[in-house]
Amino acid sequence: MDMIGLLGWIPLFPLLGFLILALAGERLSKSAIAWVGVGSVAVSALLAGLVGSEFLTGTLQPYHLALGTWIEIDELSIAFGFYLDALSVTMLFVVTGIGFLIHLYAAEFMASDPVLPPFAIPCRPRVPWELQRPLDRSETQRSSKNTELNANASAFDLGYARFFAYMNLFMAAMLVLVLSDNLLLLYLGWEGVGLGSYLLIGFWYENPHNGYAARKAFVMTRVGDTALLIGLLLLFRQLHSFDIQLLMLRATAHWPAGTLMPVAAAALLLGGALGKSAQLPLQTWLPDAMAGPTPVSALIHAATMVTAGVYLIARTHDVFLLAPPVQFAVATLGAMTLLMAGCSALVQTDIKRILAYSTISQIGYMFLALGVGAWSEAMFHLLTHAVFKALLFLAAGAVILCCHHEHSIFKMGGLRKSMPLAFWSFMIGSAALSALPFTSGFYSKHEILSAVYQVSPNLWAMGCLGALITGIYSFRPVFVVFFGVQSHLVTKSPGWRMNLPLLLLIVLTLFGGLLRLPLDSVFPLVFKVDRQPNLVSLITGAAPFFGVSIAGLFYLSGAFSAQRLAAYRLLNPLRNLFFSGWGIDALYDALFVQPFKALAKFNKHDVIDDLYTMTALIGQWLHLTVSASQTGRIRWYASSMALGAALILAIGRQS
Amino acid sequence: MNGIPMEQGLLLSAMLFVLGLIGVLVRRNLIMMLMSLEVVLNATGLAFVVAGSRWGDADGQIMFLLILTLAAAEVGVGLGLTLQVFRRFHTLDADSLNEMKG
Repeated sequence: MDMIGLLGWIPLFPLLGFLILALAGERLSKSAIAWVGVGSVAVSALLAGLVGSEFLTGTLQPYHLALGTWIEIDELSIAFGFYLDALSVTMLFVVTGIGFLIHLYAAEFMASDPVLPPFAIPCRPRVPWELQRPLDRSETQRSSKNTELNANASAFDLGYARFFAYMNLFMAAMLVLVLSDNLLLLYLGWEGVGLGSYLLIGFWYENPHNGYAARKAFVMTRVGDTALLIGLLLLFRQLHSFDIQLLMLRATAHWPAGTLMPVAAAALLLGGALGKSAQLPLQTWLPDAMAGPTPVSALIHAATMVTAGVYLIARTHDVFLLAPPVQFAVATLGAMTLLMAGCSALVQTDIKRILAYSTISQIGYMFLALGVGAWSEAMFHLLTHAVFKALLFLAAGAVILCCHHEHSIFKMGGLRKSMPLAFWSFMIGSAALSALPFTSGFYSKHEILSAVYQVSPNLWAMGCLGALITGIYSFRPVFVVFFGVQSHLVTKSPGWRMNLPLLLLIVLTLFGGLLRLPLDSVFPLVFKVDRQPNLVSLITGAAPFFGVSIAGLFYLSGAFSAQRLAAYRLLNPLRNLFFSGWGIDALYDALFVQPFKALAKFNKHDVIDDLYTMTALIGQWLHLTVSASQTGRIRWYASSMALGAALILAIGRQS
Repeated sequence: MNGIPMEQGLLLSAMLFVLGLIGVLVRRNLIMMLMSLEVVLNATGLAFVVAGSRWGDADGQIMFLLILTLAAAEVGVGLGLTLQVFRRFHTLDADSLNEMKG
């Protein structure tokens, strides 16, 4: 029990890295920035490895580390404490391990990124936010790259430091989020990762579209965050503590299952999780969040932050167990989300948007698992998904970088020979995503689906349909981008800092299914996964193969053509519906954005402000009246004085 | 000393006061207004003297001396101002000197 005391240092190093880069970043050279930015996360990952291995080889007893008191008012006492059990160890490995690999990758990926001085690009006309597609930054950047590349060398390095400062800030917040022992500290991390996400989506701020995407993400997740805040205040008000373990004990002891209190608390916590994890109905921000640099999409919007909602529900699973209606809602929302996002992913043309919708869909699987009570299966899928989705994003980033910031898959093709590592990464990542056997995704998704079948065959059927769709949409980009006629002449090949993370992630993707974290020490054991081959597991296992075959027929062999399919009168509107993410953006625009804009326009001059304007107007009127009595005529003054004196005397006589 | 009753003295004083006040309000020439003001001051002075003689008290006459001094000072300042007004505006009409209005 020696190494485990180092737990408190793990979030500190990224925070230090953030401070160094934020305060002195402009004075550091580019290699120094990379050393600080990547090194801080590397130290954290090393410490996490030491702490985690000691924990896993030990007795698995939860370890509690109190670092001090944060807030102390009367009965309210909030400790600055960390809590380590099998669940937080899992998250710790995901965050630091994948975080380190992505930082290493980003050190090279961002090195060639030209950062333009602000105001270099004339602002475009304003577009309503649902119409903006952050896709066309590539053309803006390409056109300006030639003219502005050598313009400002200092801004060049500043962007590099800024990027790593934000990334380190995100890492520190994420580590606080997963390690915190109380809900308030968790909320601090929760908001911290939201800030990091906002800053990094809008990293290329010179294009206004990216700023809109960042704000959209921030506002949409904030809707959920508000629910979470109300939820944790409700828990505190009812159970008088913020400490998670204590809360769970008290909730189980004081609240009968299915009563109002646990249902309300669980529903509010679920609201927070839905916002952060981009689930129905708060999912629309994630596809637009792809406006950020690709390593950001890999780290924040695929592997770590968006799974925070899953972590939150798993962490507070006792409350959800007391609220069966909410748990049913979790499962239903998860199943609906995975189908809707899967359909949207089928028709996207931007490679990153395909991956974004697939992320939403896979988190839908995790919610489905959480909803049926398969806690450890959900966390296992979180772990494997983080690995293979990071792999997919990093491979996509390599492709995007080598194709000169091209995002559309139909403008790429035949890159199999010229980019073998990216090809194999994408291939293996897609195999794991669609849960083909012998990849990590197969084990986790199979476990989820067999657990779901034991609870509800209907939800299982939706999951299987989702698996079929997953097979199609995950191999569609593989066949389009890497097979066929070569589109780009690949001139530069990625260096070791980009290749090493890809190789390591390939290994983890292939053998991650063998990782068995002792999550049963945290969760009540509900399901026994039967590995007997029967019809259910056969269908579950076969669904992805059908999907892959369909994708192959359409995009590899050319036996069917998607264009011809889209030409049918019935299918084209469906395609447009899928492409727009089921028109939910337009719906929210009509429901919330336009009424709000109308209200703002109506109240342009601020009704409340009129009250104060009125006060000023009355004062002005009084002033004019009184000043009009000052005529400048001396005889007028004299007579009014005489009259006044006479009046006073008369009053004096009266009394 | 008791030849004149107090009521008559005060009545005279009041009449003088009212006449002076009417002069101040009605006349438009600044000099005439100053002269009317002198009448007003002397009317009050007379009231003090009459009251002082009624009660056999010297305070009334002391007050009259004070008013006399005040009147002298007032005339000094008033005539000086009148002179300046005439130099600047070439008129002594109080109604046409109404530039200081709000």
